[in-house]
Amino acid sequence: MRDLVRRPLFWPTLALVLLLALNTAVTPSFLSVRIQDGHLYGSLIDILRNGAPVLLVALGMTLVIATRGIDLSVGAVAAISGAVACVYIAGSSQQAATSTLLTAVAMAVGVCVLLGLWNGLLVSVIGIQPIIATLVLMTAGRGLAMLITDGQITTVVSPGFKVIGAGFVATLPVAILIALAVFALTAVLARRTALGLLIESVGINPEASRLAGIHARTITWTVYVFSAFCAGVAGLMIASNTSAADANNAGLWIELDAILAVVIGGTSLAGGKFSLTGTLIGAMFIQTLATTIPTIGIPAEANYLFKAVVVIVVCLLQSPKARAALRSRRPRRATPTVRTETA
Amino acid sequence: MSASALSPAVAARIRRYSPPRRYLPVAAAIALLIGIFGAGSLRYQGFADPQVILNLFVDNAFLLVLGLGMTFVILAGGIDLSVGSVVALSTMIAASTLESGWPVAATVVAVLVSGTLLGTLMGLVIHYFDVQPFIATLAGMFLARGLCYLISVESIPIRDPGLTRFAQGTVPLPGGYHVTPSVVVALVVFAIGAWVLHLTRFGRTVYAVGGSESSAHLMGLRVALVKVGVYTISGLCSALAGLLFAAYTLSGYSLHAVGMELDAIAAVVIGGTLLTGGRGLVLGTMVGVLLLGTIQTFISFDGTLSSWWTKISIGALLLIFVVVQRLLTRRQT
Repeated sequence: MRDLVRRPLFWPTLALVLLLALNTAVTPSFLSVRIQDGHLYGSLIDILRNGAPVLLVALGMTLVIATRGIDLSVGAVAAISGAVACVYIAGSSQQAATSTLLTAVAMAVGVCVLLGLWNGLLVSVIGIQPIIATLVLMTAGRGLAMLITDGQITTVVSPGFKVIGAGFVATLPVAILIALAVFALTAVLARRTALGLLIESVGINPEASRLAGIHARTITWTVYVFSAFCAGVAGLMIASNTSAADANNAGLWIELDAILAVVIGGTSLAGGKFSLTGTLIGAMFIQTLATTIPTIGIPAEANYLFKAVVVIVVCLLQSPKARAALRSRRPRRATPTVRTETA
Repeated sequence: MSASALSPAVAARIRRYSPPRRYLPVAAAIALLIGIFGAGSLRYQGFADPQVILNLFVDNAFLLVLGLGMTFVILAGGIDLSVGSVVALSTMIAASTLESGWPVAATVVAVLVSGTLLGTLMGLVIHYFDVQPFIATLAGMFLARGLCYLISVESIPIRDPGLTRFAQGTVPLPGGYHVTPSVVVALVVFAIGAWVLHLTRFGRTVYAVGGSESSAHLMGLRVALVKVGVYTISGLCSALAGLLFAAYTLSGYSLHAVGMELDAIAAVVIGGTLLTGGRGLVLGTMVGVLLLGTIQTFISFDGTLSSWWTKISIGALLLIFVVVQRLLTRRQT
């Protein structure tokens, strides 16, 4: 039992299970999944499907945070991605054609990779603090998305595009499949090769890693590109779900949800250690929370309040000082600490 | 002896003279402000009208107060993401209490106390539990927005005669120009902020903590007081900015001031305050706010540019100033 409690994923998993149990208690049909018209339906499937964009963004964020960085620009990148795809499809003569769809997706993802290269350049080469480097794109990005859509909500009529966010393949929603595929690929690359280890070592000490022969700069750069790529795919899902690009609201505050998912999953914001499975659980927890709040009769908008409480509780659980205070029950004198640069 | 009769030592000193490096970013921001304003007045008729300059203050009074609080936090090496949400919460508290018939004075006190309390709480969590400022204030941001929605999901109009009079009042200036009472409040608060930061022991400790927290601690400075204090000040400033914003829009709404924390951070950074803390001037923040305002005025004078260019140009400016800061600090180390 003690070993179980000490496992890093014990608390997030327990929280998720408790939340699911609460839902089942309020709505007994919560856990039932049925097949209708050859598709899987049910609250659980909805949670997975709506949580797919957050999960994707959180995956990219996990690796960025593992290098002791942060990427605030993901929401803006998602908006740009949706804008590029929708504007291209809307402007094409054959909106429904597969070639149009593929070009649109390729263009959107390409633009996002460029934006990731830009963030990575600022962080790894010019050496600006990650929070500020990505703040630039966070501020300017929505303006860029507005520029692309000319300030309109661009709607498209494309059955193929609709599939990305709202379609089903083999009874499962496509959004889930995409997110899980990216998750599996990331997990294999990070945990079955040395890549994850290298990322963690850069997060612990970039300079020492460089001296040990790791291309620290390249690795830092790559994680920002990956983060922007994930945000781009998430942006396509969001735009596809509504068949429209809304430069102002698409992906709004998704960066915060993603950071929250990563933190809940046990990845430390100080870098050097990450858990992809933890992020998966964290993202699902956030989405379940968002579903639970209206279910138990609280206005959906109040979920910010609950997220705030979750952030504080998780941070306090992670904080060594808070743990020490809980354990000894005696007020301790604050010890001088070395300031972290990621503030 | 030739005309250059100065002693070699003095001549060398003149040749080697350069303005103190810490003033360079502020000087650059002022130069840019003058440049953009000059370009605007050359291009558009009526741009150089003094009332346009005064309107910069009228339209950005709340941002001045917000930027002041953010300057304290950033100088101490932290960051406060909650300010936009606290502004929204303040407008909500103000609007809902006024609607239920509270006197204006009670409303003002309620708003200021709740903002200050929230700031203090975040400061306590940051200092005593070693939670990163970024995350703690993120939680504060969620908390304040959530509370907004708990008060009401709808927008609440403010019809209270007292606050309306304050909002619509004007302070006449010589020459037929005028500002609003909000500007006076903002400038007074700004002056107090500048005094605290530059002329008191608390202010000097803020700089010391931002320069190196562990050194400040070893020197026996009151690190805890300053670290909690700057978030308290930022909370108080956000609440006050919220009151000014409520007066400006005469409504309380949970979606007010979305993203305003970015404007505040941008103003502070553009004004030359180092994001790693320890260096910067309150004056710089004012220049930063005016610069953002001038860009907005420029875009609204030019009918052909769309409003989203504001965001893009703020992002570009932020980038330029951050890179400049980076180059300046790199040369020093």
